[in-house]
Amino acid sequence: MTISDAALGAASGEREAAARFEQQYAAYRRSKAIYNTMFWVAFIGCVVAAAITAKFDVWTLIQGLPRTTEFLVRMVPPIGLSTFAADIQEWYWGIGKWLDSLLNTLLMAYLATVLGTLIGGAMSFLAARNLAPNYLTYWLVRRSLEVARTVPDIVWALMFVMAFGIGPLPGVLAITVHTIGAQGKLFAEVNENISPLPPDGIRSAGGNWLHEIRFGVIPQVMPNYMSYSFWRIELNVRSATIVGFVGAGGIGHDLFTSIQLLYFADAGAILLIVVATVMIIDMLSEKFRHSAIGKASFSH
Amino acid sequence: MSVRLADLTDADVAAERARFPGAFERSGEERLKNWLAWGLGAALTVYCLYRFEFFSATFLLGISKFGQVVVSRLFPPTGYENLPLFIKVMGETIAMAFLGTLLGAMLAFPLSFIASKNITRSRPLQFGTRRFADLLRSFDYLIWALIFVRAIGLGPLAGIMAIAIVETGTFIKLYSEAIENLDRKQIDGVTSAGGNGLHRIWFGVLPQVLPMMLSNTLYMFEHNVRSASILGIVGAGGIGFLLADRLRAYELQEACLIIILVVLTVYAIDYLSTLLRERLIGDRARREPVDDAKQV
Repeated sequence: MTISDAALGAASGEREAAARFEQQYAAYRRSKAIYNTMFWVAFIGCVVAAAITAKFDVWTLIQGLPRTTEFLVRMVPPIGLSTFAADIQEWYWGIGKWLDSLLNTLLMAYLATVLGTLIGGAMSFLAARNLAPNYLTYWLVRRSLEVARTVPDIVWALMFVMAFGIGPLPGVLAITVHTIGAQGKLFAEVNENISPLPPDGIRSAGGNWLHEIRFGVIPQVMPNYMSYSFWRIELNVRSATIVGFVGAGGIGHDLFTSIQLLYFADAGAILLIVVATVMIIDMLSEKFRHSAIGKASFSH
Repeated sequence: MSVRLADLTDADVAAERARFPGAFERSGEERLKNWLAWGLGAALTVYCLYRFEFFSATFLLGISKFGQVVVSRLFPPTGYENLPLFIKVMGETIAMAFLGTLLGAMLAFPLSFIASKNITRSRPLQFGTRRFADLLRSFDYLIWALIFVRAIGLGPLAGIMAIAIVETGTFIKLYSEAIENLDRKQIDGVTSAGGNGLHRIWFGVLPQVLPMMLSNTLYMFEHNVRSASILGIVGAGGIGFLLADRLRAYELQEACLIIILVVLTVYAIDYLSTLLRERLIGDRARREPVDDAKQV
């Protein structure tokens, strides 16, 4: 009798524990459900608000999409198997002019990357917390770099075109300014992650600030710099293809005119050139990047 | 017995140098190659400077004109009476970025499974989807915007579509990379419990990849607010239209106000989105998709 009492007590204890668990679990499920509902309501609210603000009109979209497809289809003129060479030749009638623009585009990207990396790299030492000579310099340089990269390169291009007129020069300057901002920030972050021991050693041996940077910092950061620079070339080739839209030179100018004048086949031909170039540059740059990083892991 | 630094004579150093030349300096061939690479790079730079008229009066004239006509006339920003309009259009810009990112994510979500090696068995299908994504990504937003503006007309819709198309490509790549990096064991667990293909994705794959996908999507939303703010330059809606308009009309002080507004909005969105990412998925929010640094 005492045993069954105890058993009963234990059983009721377990039941209580189980009931408590059930209760807590239900409460947890409820709060989770409320949280989820709130999230979805807020999310759908955002979608609706955005659709109204941006005047998102499904009907216009449905009407417009076939036209887009037609547009894209007309970019490739009919090419017959028997007249293949002649058709291609006719499609790429402006190949000389376009290749010239393409060369300009690539050189613009190259020059802007070199100039931007040199200037941004020099500024990155002043923008690194551990290397800057004083806080004021650090703060000023950081803010200027932020302005340089937050203003989009095409807006810089618009402003430079106003001063320099139409041509590749304002394009180079626009991409350079943007590159200074981006490289300065990325390089400064690399600089902040270095080991302080080599520059300390050079200071203790009597080196000045320039010596510290040249012999204590640069050997540590060079591989990362190289990797970022190759990557920047990729991005700048893309930029150089579009600054032409506002008159800042490169193949973007030819593309812009052909689309504006509805020369579909020309636009298609130029777009193919652009895609091929972007893909080849990406591939090459990836190769160089890996070799730069590979060196980094062996040289120290 | 140890060698003290003071005991070393010049002769000792010379002997070591002869034994291990590579430890003291790089070989002649290596140095020559290095010098050649840097020399060629420098020569190409000088040629480019010459080609793009950096060494001419045009450049000096342009610089002085840029100082006098552009920079000095940017400040102080004016046009505060138009501020409500600017803020409204900035709202439109953010809405474009939001809808474009969302559409892109929705289109890319199913395709990203097809583009993942560990989900799709048909190699050509998987590889083809990846290349298709690359193709979409390789045109800049502005190029797509230009095409859509001609096809569906001026306005934010063209901008939304441009962002959606590029983002479809980006998200297929980012999502499928997340899917390919997942832990096989959870999927095996679902299979061993008798789950079919759909069960495997729902219970084995999604719980692992959703946080990564959400983080990437929010990150690209941040990036797209920047992109959306320039699409207006080719007529695809958003604040870029007003900005280009003011710049071309030489109303630089008002343009300056717009630029400041854009910069502040971009900062605010970055800040909020980082907060949200950290809340949603904790520490992993800090692992940003490094590959896509169009942002900087």
